[in-house]
Amino acid sequence: MSEATFTLDGKTIPFREGQTIMQAAMAAAAYIPRLCYHPGLKPHGSCKLCTVKVNGRHTASCTYQAQPGLAVESDTEELNGERRSLLQMLFVEGNHFCPSCEASGNCQLQATAYELKMMTPHYDHFFPDRPVDASHPEYLLDFNRCILCSLCVRASRDVDGKNVFALAERGIKTRLIVNAESGLLADTNFSADDMAAHVCPVGVILRKRTGFSVPIGQRTYDINPISALPQPKAGES
Amino acid sequence: MVSDADLHVNDAPSRSDPDAAIFGAASLDPILARHNHDANNLLQILREIQEQHGYIPPDAVDRLITSLKIPRVKIEGMAAFYSFLHLQPHGEYRVLFSDNITDRMLGSAALMEQMCRELWVEPGKVSEDGLVSVGTTSCTGMCDQGPALLVNNIAVTNLTAQRVGTLCELIRNRVPLSRWPAELFTVTNHIRRKDILLGSELAPGSALAALLARGAAQTLDEIKISKLRGRGGAGFSTATKWETCRAALGEQHYVVCNADEGEPGTFKDRMLLASCADTVIEGMTLCARIIGAQKGFIYLRGEYRYLLEHLQRVLQRRREHKLLGRGILGHPDFDFDIDIHVGAGAYICGEESALIESLEGKRGTPRNRPPFPVTHGYLNQPTVVNNVETFAAASLIALHGGAWYAGIGTGTSSGTKLLSVSGDCAHPGIYEYPFGVTVAQVLADCGAKNTQAVQVSGPSGVCLAENEFGRRIAFEDIPTAGAFMVFDRSRDMFEVARNFVHFFAHESCGFCTPCRVGTPLLRNMMDKLARGRGSPYDFAEIEKLNLLLQSMSHCGLGHSACNPVLDTIAKFRPAYDQRLLHKDYVPAFDLDYALSQARRMTGRDDTGAHLGEAE
Ligand SMILES: Cc1cc2nc3c(=O)[nH]c(=O)nc-3n(C[C@H](O)[C@H](O)[C@H](O)COP(=O)(O)O)c2cc1C
Ligand code: SF4
Ligand code: SF4
Ligand code: FES
Repeated sequence: MSEATFTLDGKTIPFREGQTIMQAAMAAAAYIPRLCYHPGLKPHGSCKLCTVKVNGRHTASCTYQAQPGLAVESDTEELNGERRSLLQMLFVEGNHFCPSCEASGNCQLQATAYELKMMTPHYDHFFPDRPVDASHPEYLLDFNRCILCSLCVRASRDVDGKNVFALAERGIKTRLIVNAESGLLADTNFSADDMAAHVCPVGVILRKRTGFSVPIGQRTYDINPISALPQPKAGES
Repeated sequence: MVSDADLHVNDAPSRSDPDAAIFGAASLDPILARHNHDANNLLQILREIQEQHGYIPPDAVDRLITSLKIPRVKIEGMAAFYSFLHLQPHGEYRVLFSDNITDRMLGSAALMEQMCRELWVEPGKVSEDGLVSVGTTSCTGMCDQGPALLVNNIAVTNLTAQRVGTLCELIRNRVPLSRWPAELFTVTNHIRRKDILLGSELAPGSALAALLARGAAQTLDEIKISKLRGRGGAGFSTATKWETCRAALGEQHYVVCNADEGEPGTFKDRMLLASCADTVIEGMTLCARIIGAQKGFIYLRGEYRYLLEHLQRVLQRRREHKLLGRGILGHPDFDFDIDIHVGAGAYICGEESALIESLEGKRGTPRNRPPFPVTHGYLNQPTVVNNVETFAAASLIALHGGAWYAGIGTGTSSGTKLLSVSGDCAHPGIYEYPFGVTVAQVLADCGAKNTQAVQVSGPSGVCLAENEFGRRIAFEDIPTAGAFMVFDRSRDMFEVARNFVHFFAHESCGFCTPCRVGTPLLRNMMDKLARGRGSPYDFAEIEKLNLLLQSMSHCGLGHSACNPVLDTIAKFRPAYDQRLLHKDYVPAFDLDYALSQARRMTGRDDTGAHLGEAE
């Protein structure tokens, strides 16, 4: 019996029963842009960067079950243009000053923007007021850069068993909150061993005093574009 | 059975007691017991605490963390999602003016200003003495008797300057809501045209008796023959939904009545629940028998809190008459009962999967689908979610047969539709028509004159101009969940669209990027046009945003958020053109507007605090 397959931009991708398009593509080392999917966590489907066209219809590839014979389009001018707009939205929604950000070069938002050739933020900035939480001895939370992907929420809840993070409010006011009466990370049981300490795709959850140990220019996505790196597997971040 | 009877609220909850500083066990324990100490009922628990206390006090949060074994962030994340829940004191009296365009057309903005002036409070803020807050909320479903407001979640309609004065006096004198004149809380059901549904005298239990005589499978066949389609907007085949759910494997099956009715301009479910609750509940009970459910829910929007005691009385009476509960109509294998869950101010909870999340005590975010609720709904079990009107129609079909029903309306849209008519017309209210009625006919019947436009099915629906009034209300022409808002020639269609865009931005759940960021971007663009800072470039931008929201959004809210703007640009372009300050270039920055915050902070608004327009 031959393996079940679908096509992604014409390329044949094998998959196992139950895999999503994203999972099968990653296993086959094919890059589909993504920000809220992590192989070790339940798919969420919120950032919409991974949107592809399946038989002509838009759908998030991280939540769509692969089926034999699907014709999936991903790397097209139309979809990449739409993804660029989503990236621009994420940039103007928060406060991102890449040149002074510790995460620069290790940030998936920045790397995906380079990958998709986003040149300007295009939309008017919202300039939200989001204070920094420096209460924890080892970790800093800079909410200015939060893209509300909820990876830390899921990691803390589903893997660490802790519920350190959650989303509050709704719409453009949606924000990340911390599980303490004070609202401060220092007053939670958050620890450096948590998966939640390592999943943030941008520069919100940062280890203190290590920020510039690797100089800008020599960091993960400074060296290789995000699409060219090996696709992470469950258990890696 | 159906009458124009007014529904008085005598048991409106009293205002919160400011002296009870500590939220003692005495007040929390009965709430927890009523909800089985079950975290799935968190929204109901929070809502009842809020109702008793005016907000959710910190010691109540602490006790919920230990009694329900849930993390603090779950409570905080929930409370901050729903507009009607507050973790900080928000005034003993919390006044929210309904902010639908129909309320605005009836002068709600001036009435709100009057109230703020008389009570010395800034819009959206709590007065310094903690007595009162005054703000706005999305359409409260009282468009046929606006302007309307909610005070501590109870509706007051037909506002006038005089009535607002009365309210201010009651509030200033700290009169408990339970001692306010009952007349203030009167909600009238204006039934203007009756057809097979509103004109029928369906005796409670008669449709159930017909079901039991015919058999469940045969009754499902009748629903199939009737070609009944869902009345909540999407028009999905009801028989297919019930059949799929009946066939789905699960430990339990559930029936959910979607009474969230959040689409601005819609109020027909309110009327059905007030005047024909038995017919609706009977439809749910039929569905339960057909799909094999023992438990059902009515998800009642928070704005209709005033109907709760009435509905509970109907449920209780039906239990006493063996029409609900164990052994329905003497059949030992027919058990079904219904709980009412009350929402807390979130339009998105009308979307069926967000509704189920909310029933499970979570933030109302739409789920990833598939799987659909018919196989994986409440607690991941097979669940039918139908609109209030759909269940009422099912009762009629069980009683009179599918062929009879299919003979009414048009070929692809059988039966009748309830329209909630409001706006510029002499007789706003509920009109029941066979499908296929023209827009012009409805306009003539409701006494609309000089009509410029009709918004059918609310902000997410379609805006029709005069040359389209010959079109028909039917799934194959103009589908609708029921809203029918009329605008005469004196109305500014740009302001109509701007009001709708504000609604979407306010109600976006924030789950997905395109809608979370796109709806406020669109709102800001419309506000910029309103300030006269727009340029033709903005139209192209709106077009682009629309394509993005349609293709990338997670649910129907995002998909349709640009509709009102696109429709009005296409059909009422002059309303936009007159606002274009610059016909060719784009002013990147509006210096005077940027100073508005400084003006607010210093309380200045004189000419010296403004920058002259550089022409
Ligand atoms: C944003 C949004 C809001 C909705 N609000 C309601 C509502 O208030 N009432 C309703 O019956 N359906 C609403 N729906 C449709 C429901 O998701 C669902 O299709 C409906 O309840 C199914 O019932 P029906 O088949 O009887 O129409 C909404 C859908 C969306 C996307
Ligand atoms: S902190 Fe990081 S991981 Fe958590 S929601 Fe924000 S961007 Fe995502
Ligand atoms: S489209 Fe809007 S309302 Fe729907 S899931 Fe996305 S953010 Fe929420
Ligand atoms: S990666 Fe699929 S929606 Fe975010």
